[in-house]
Amino acid sequence: MIKAILIFNNHGKPRVSKFYQPYSEDTRQQIIRETFHLVSKRDENVCNFLGGLLIGGSDNKLIYRHYATLYFVFCVDSSESELAILDLMQVFVETLDKCFENVCELDLISHVDKVHNILAEMVMGGMVLETNMNEIVTQIDAQNKLEKSEAGLAGAPAHRDAYIFSN
Amino acid sequence: MEAVNLLSSNRYTEKQIGYLFISVLVNSNSELIRLINNAIKNDLASRNPTFMGLALHCIANVGSREMAEAFAGEIPKILVAGDTMDSVKQSAALCLLRLYRTSPDLVPMGDWTSRVVHLLNDQHLGVVTAATSLITTLAQKNPEEFKTSVSLAVSRLSRIVTSASTDLQDYTYYFVPAPWLSVKLLRLLQCYPPPEDPAVRGRLTECLETILNKAQEPPKSKKVQHSNAKNAVLFEAISLIIHHDSEPSLLVRACGQLGQFLQHRETNLRYLALESMCALAGSEFSHDAVKTHIDTVINALKTERDVSVRQRAVDLLYAMCDRSNAQQIVAEMLSYLETADYSIREEIVLKVAILAEKYAVDYTWYVDTILNLIRIAGDYVSEEVWYRVIQIVINRDDVQGYAAKTVFEALQAPACHENLVKVGGYILGEFGNLIAGDPRSSPLIQFHLLHSKFHLCSVPTRALLLSTYIKFVNLFPEVKTTIQDVLRSDSQLKNADVELQQRAVEYLRLSTVASTDILATVLEEMPPFPERESSILAKLKKKKGPNTVTDLEEAKRERSADVNGGPEPAPASAASTPSPSADLLGLGAAPPAPAGPPPSSGGLLVDVFSDSPSAVAPLAPGSEDNFARFVCKNNGVLFENQLLQIGLKSEFRQNLGRMFIFYGNKTSTQFLNFTPTLICSDDLQMNLSLQTKPVDPTVDGGAQVQQVVNIECVSDFTEAPVLNIQFRYGGTFQNVSVKLPITLNKFFQPTEMASQDFFQRWKQLSNPQQEVQNIFKAKHPMDTEITKAKIIGFGSALLEEVDPNPANFVGAGIIHTRTTQIGCLLRLEPNLQAQMYRLTLRTSKETVSQRLCELLSVFLHLCCVSSFPCCK
Repeated sequence: MIKAILIFNNHGKPRVSKFYQPYSEDTRQQIIRETFHLVSKRDENVCNFLGGLLIGGSDNKLIYRHYATLYFVFCVDSSESELAILDLMQVFVETLDKCFENVCELDLISHVDKVHNILAEMVMGGMVLETNMNEIVTQIDAQNKLEKSEAGLAGAPAHRDAYIFSN
Repeated sequence: MEAVNLLSSNRYTEKQIGYLFISVLVNSNSELIRLINNAIKNDLASRNPTFMGLALHCIANVGSREMAEAFAGEIPKILVAGDTMDSVKQSAALCLLRLYRTSPDLVPMGDWTSRVVHLLNDQHLGVVTAATSLITTLAQKNPEEFKTSVSLAVSRLSRIVTSASTDLQDYTYYFVPAPWLSVKLLRLLQCYPPPEDPAVRGRLTECLETILNKAQEPPKSKKVQHSNAKNAVLFEAISLIIHHDSEPSLLVRACGQLGQFLQHRETNLRYLALESMCALAGSEFSHDAVKTHIDTVINALKTERDVSVRQRAVDLLYAMCDRSNAQQIVAEMLSYLETADYSIREEIVLKVAILAEKYAVDYTWYVDTILNLIRIAGDYVSEEVWYRVIQIVINRDDVQGYAAKTVFEALQAPACHENLVKVGGYILGEFGNLIAGDPRSSPLIQFHLLHSKFHLCSVPTRALLLSTYIKFVNLFPEVKTTIQDVLRSDSQLKNADVELQQRAVEYLRLSTVASTDILATVLEEMPPFPERESSILAKLKKKKGPNTVTDLEEAKRERSADVNGGPEPAPASAASTPSPSADLLGLGAAPPAPAGPPPSSGGLLVDVFSDSPSAVAPLAPGSEDNFARFVCKNNGVLFENQLLQIGLKSEFRQNLGRMFIFYGNKTSTQFLNFTPTLICSDDLQMNLSLQTKPVDPTVDGGAQVQQVVNIECVSDFTEAPVLNIQFRYGGTFQNVSVKLPITLNKFFQPTEMASQDFFQRWKQLSNPQQEVQNIFKAKHPMDTEITKAKIIGFGSALLEEVDPNPANFVGAGIIHTRTTQIGCLLRLEPNLQAQMYRLTLRTSKETVSQRLCELLSVFLHLCCVSSFPCCK
């Protein structure tokens, strides 16, 4: 099972964090800090797995990948295949790329809700839900359409709010 | 409140925001939870797939117990309903999985399970993937119910594997057909033994071969994602092969494949190959094949830049080590130790120490290795390691001289580690005489050498050295005066540390007062240590927790039990459960006190006079013994004194039981304020539920009252409840406590199984924590028939003709509790010559194994022929 999915940048600023187990806010912050510490001090071309020393016992593993300015980290237990998670991560990033057209760190900051929606289509309660990129994109598009169709009345101001917020 | 209103909106955006809010902010605010649950319920019933999806997501993401209570019955229906949309089915499967993980007791098994299995045939691969995850988890707990999934999974897998990569369109990922689903299916198959049906088995073997073949094909794409996905499937296939451990040809091929990966450019693959190979080394078919890669692995240890990979290399070396390559491997590990990362040094030290001991053909080599170990990484050598050297040196006459010579030489180094001083001090104190003939290591030189280190050492080491000195006094009368002078000096006699001061004073007196004979007796050479499980091994186990490496370790230990050339482990008093407290001098190794009467001989008397009704009397003497007798009988007299008799009658079925307690007044006077109470510790209260009604507070002379206790076993437990009875008898206050014999084995149901099944299961439970073993001496003549009856009386089924050795007893059963059922396997191996029993218990739960083993050993101990007929 996937315990947590974290995305932070090269400086350790968390951008997206999703925990599938109940932790207190403090523990969450601590986990993010420690994870960043562990991951960031590793060289570029070493392996993508880190085991044995993490949150909640030795069963957990960190599987991470470094894309440009962002670290994507999945914390999983032993029931997941490492390489499969690595592939899942790739699907996630490619999906983000499709939805945002050339995704960059700024997109994740200003559209956190969208990122969470995409993630929700892929991973649910710590389990892999869907791995087919087309399917995920279709779902997201359908959601967007729904949103737009409903936005008719109250949509416009809501949109502006979001925009101001992101600045 | 606003959020809950949003939930009931019909607009997608509003609903979505509402759900988002709840998944972030929900806590167990009971008022809101009910409203939220209501909204979710409406959405689930709405037949609008989007809304249903949102609701299911919400349940899965919150995943709390309350949610499980509310929806665990609902979701299976959605999952198997014919008209549910694919995407909703997918969500429902995972949602159910999530609820099952948080509160397995709340998810009812039912007819839906068989229909879930058929989801493996679904058209939609997303649904199949989700269903496979669900079934894998469920099957781990209820293997029987999902047995049919094996053949379905195999046929599904073979369809995927043999399909052209374009067949599955959307689910083809970088030219690999449905990698995630393949991985999941292979995981599911790892829950089961190899399929029995030859057709299915053949098909599976074919699949696995195809997967291995594909690895050899040229890649269809240069992208790393292509190879990743392909290898994910391949690694999973290899772990399935290892799990089945039955097809030698596949195992060897798997090993060859992993060997290729060991030299692969990708660090990830090297890491995973090392990890899988570790598991492979444990199989007897492929152990030799793994060994051929030793040079590559050693090379990895030396050149690999990544510490995680090096760590795996160490693990693998440890796993592949055997007598033929031990010297090489230990030498390599030692040289690696000099540059190893600090975080893994201690573990390497332990591993080296274990390997050196286990595969030592020549004990001089062993001593050299350990001394080297202390020299290179003294700080990381834990107490256990040097205790163990000393145990071995003392137990083996042939190395004592060599050991003394070697430590003497090692101590000559200007700076040596304190651990070396400890070993040196101990060994010279015992065996210094063996090298005293050489003028270069005369007694005086030995003493001065040790004493030169004295001031640099910590207090415990100094204390040890003082003991060495007094031993010298005995060994070499010629240095007596020198040593007495040292002991007499102010820095010893007036040392600020009490321990040192006391030793100095006592040793000084001893050396002046006692005659040579007495000295020789008091300071005699230490007797050999009883063989016991290496404390180092225990330490490594403790450090690593459940881990494949230690699994292997166990397996290998069994195979090579007598590698040391020592006598077959015959632990007279050895507690073979890992006891990290096993200390050097063997002083702390007293066997666990037999369950005798607790030290409360005067307890009853005192209590007769004490008048505080709140105090609970200590257990009545002898009640422990009686308690053990009740381990496998249900009726009888539990307690009796001049006033009161307590009788029991009980029956148990599955996880429920009922016990009638009869209190008999043996006097002719009334008992007043008669109050029996059941006392459970907090721990016990959670695991065992007892319900009873108060009894009449007066018991007439000669009368008997009855109390009924309804018992339910919620989860496994170890303690027993205590029955405390307080009453007034002719003006004095009486207080009696007895243990109520409600033990875990009462909820044992026998299971019959065939030999093959039994060993299959036995193998599955090979985790070191699942197994508990006890070796003990038979107190009574070893009668086969009686032992058989005892095992049946204990509650398990006695399986005949299962064990290849007809003298062994094998049993199986299931412990029923409200939450789970725990399968238990037991094996009792009598050794008629030594009059010993070895009892091994394997269950899926550590605490259960532990407790059952205790109960059964106590019972086997106790039950003599006369008390025996009680167990039918």
